Amino acid sequence: MSSFLLELSYLLGSVTFVIGLKKLSHPESARKGNLLAAAGMGLAILATILFHEHNGERIGNIGWIMAAMGIGTLIGWTMAMKVKMTGMPQMVSFFNGMGGACAAIISMVEYHSHPEGAAGYFLVVFLGLVIGSVSFSGSMIAYGKLDEKIKDFSAKWLTVFNLVLLAVIIGILVVAVKSPETFGPSVLWILLALSLLYGVLFVMPIGGADMPVVISLLNSLTGMAAAFGGFLYDNQIMLTGGILVGSAGTILTVLMCKAMNRSLLNVIIGSFGGGGGGSSAAAGDQTVKEINLTDAAILCSYASKVCIVPGYGLAVAQAQHICHDLEKQLEAKGVEVYYAIHPVAGRMPGHMNVLLAEADVPYPKLIEMEDANGMMNSTDVAIIVGANDVVNPSAENDPGSPIYGMPVIQVWEAKNVIVMKRSMRAGYAGIENPLFFHAKTKMLFGDAKDTLQKLVGEVKMT
Amino acid sequence: MDALANFFLENQDMIYIVILSIFLGIEVISHVPAILHTPLMSGANAIHGVVIIGAIIVMGHAKGDDYLALTLGFLAVVLGTLNVVGGFVVTNRMLEMFNKKK
Repeated sequence: MSSFLLELSYLLGSVTFVIGLKKLSHPESARKGNLLAAAGMGLAILATILFHEHNGERIGNIGWIMAAMGIGTLIGWTMAMKVKMTGMPQMVSFFNGMGGACAAIISMVEYHSHPEGAAGYFLVVFLGLVIGSVSFSGSMIAYGKLDEKIKDFSAKWLTVFNLVLLAVIIGILVVAVKSPETFGPSVLWILLALSLLYGVLFVMPIGGADMPVVISLLNSLTGMAAAFGGFLYDNQIMLTGGILVGSAGTILTVLMCKAMNRSLLNVIIGSFGGGGGGSSAAAGDQTVKEINLTDAAILCSYASKVCIVPGYGLAVAQAQHICHDLEKQLEAKGVEVYYAIHPVAGRMPGHMNVLLAEADVPYPKLIEMEDANGMMNSTDVAIIVGANDVVNPSAENDPGSPIYGMPVIQVWEAKNVIVMKRSMRAGYAGIENPLFFHAKTKMLFGDAKDTLQKLVGEVKMT
Repeated sequence: MDALANFFLENQDMIYIVILSIFLGIEVISHVPAILHTPLMSGANAIHGVVIIGAIIVMGHAKGDDYLALTLGFLAVVLGTLNVVGGFVVTNRMLEMFNKKK
C-alpha cells in the first residue's frame, strides 16, 4: 500500500511539474503554475519521507532530515525575500548552484556507500557527480560575476586549456566506467576536483553580456544532474522533473542565443569584446552633441510620441520607479509614452519586464522589439536609459562588428534620440557604438537615476 | 560494451521516459513570450530542486555510524531545500509583480 501511495504521489508530482511549466509560460496563469509545481514538490517530498522503502527499510534519521530541511527553508526563504529585483539573475544562479551541489553530493555518498556495481551504475554516478559539480562551481562564479565580486578573466590559452580539461574529464570518466579498478576509489575525488575546476574556468572568461545564456545553460545542466539521480534510484519524479528542466532550459538557452544572433558554441568558446577594432577606430575622432536638461525636457514635453529604451544601466541605478514618474509626467501633458524592450535587455531575458513591472508600469506599455521597430518612425523622441549594445546600428550595417546580425531596436528611425549615459565608456560588451555620433543623437551625461530625477523636475516646470 | 547493452535493456522504461520528457519540455516551453523568460527560468530552477528527494533517500538510508555519509547527506538535504524553497519563493515574488495590475 505504501509503495502505491509513494508512486501515486510521484505521478501526481510529475504532472504538476508539466502543468506548472505550461502555466508559467502564460502571463495570466504564471503564478498559479508556480504554486502548483511547488505543491507537487511538497507532496513528493512528504511522500518520500513517509513511504519510501529500500530493501524493506524505511527512511531513517528523520530528525536530522527535518532539521536539515528546516535550516534550508529558513536560509532559502530569507534570501529569496530579501533580494532586490535587480539582483534576481545572481539569485537564480545561486539557487541553481545549490541544486548542482546537492546532486554532486548524492553521487559522492552513493559511491562511498556502494563502491561496486555494473558499468551503468558507475556511468550514472559519475555523470551526476561531474555535471553537478560543474553546475555548482560555474553557478557560483556566475553569481560572483553578476554581483560584481569577481572580474572577467580571459586569455587565449584558457580556451585551449578548457577544451583539454574537458577531454581529460571525459577520458577519466570513460576509463573509470569501463574498468573501475584502474584508478581505485580515489577516482571520485579526482573527478570532483577536475569538474569543480572546469566549472570555474568555463564561466570565468565569459563576458557579462553573455551571462544570461550561461545561467540558462547551467540551469539545464543541474536539471540533467537531477535526472541522473532519478536513474540511480529508479525514481520517476526526479527523472521527469530533471529532464523537463534539462530540455526546457536548453531550448531557453537556444532562444536567448538566437535573440543575440550568436551560436551557443560561440558563446562558450569565443569570448566577447575587444573585437571589431577596425571599425571602431573610425568612430574615435567623431564628436558627440550634448543636450542640457532643460532642452531635453522641452523636446519631450512637446513631442506627441516618446519611446523609452531601458537597459541594464537603468536597473543598476535602480531608476525604474523614476522612469515610471517621467512617463506619468509626460502623459499628463498628453504625450504618448511606450517602452521598447529588447529581448536580452538587462542581464536575463525578460529581466527588464520584471523590473518595470516592479515599478508599476502597465503591461500594454511594454512593447517587444519587433513591434517597437514598426512604431519607431512615427516616434518623436527616443530616450535611451542605460542601454547600449541593444541600440547599436553596427549590428545592422557593420559586418566587422562582433554583434553584426544581432537584431536591435532601431532608435535612429525616430526623429530625435536622447542617450542617457554615465560616460562615453563602451557598453557592457565593450563595443563601440556609432549611434552616439549619429546626426539625430544628443547625449545627456550623468547617473541614470539622478538625471531622470532632474528631467522629471524640468518636465514638470515646462 | 555488454555491460552498457545490459544497462540499456534493464532501464528501457526509464530511457523512454527520458526521451519523451525531452520532447515534452521543448513543447511546453517553445511558445513562451520573452517577458516571462526570467520567471520561467527561475521556476524551472525550482523544479530541478526535485533532486532533494535523492538527498532525502541518501540521508534516510545512511547507517548510523557512517559519519561521512551522514554529514554529506545532511549537507545535501540543506542545499536541496535551499534550491526548492528559494527557487519557488523568488519566482512567486517576481510573478506577484506582474499580477498586481492587469
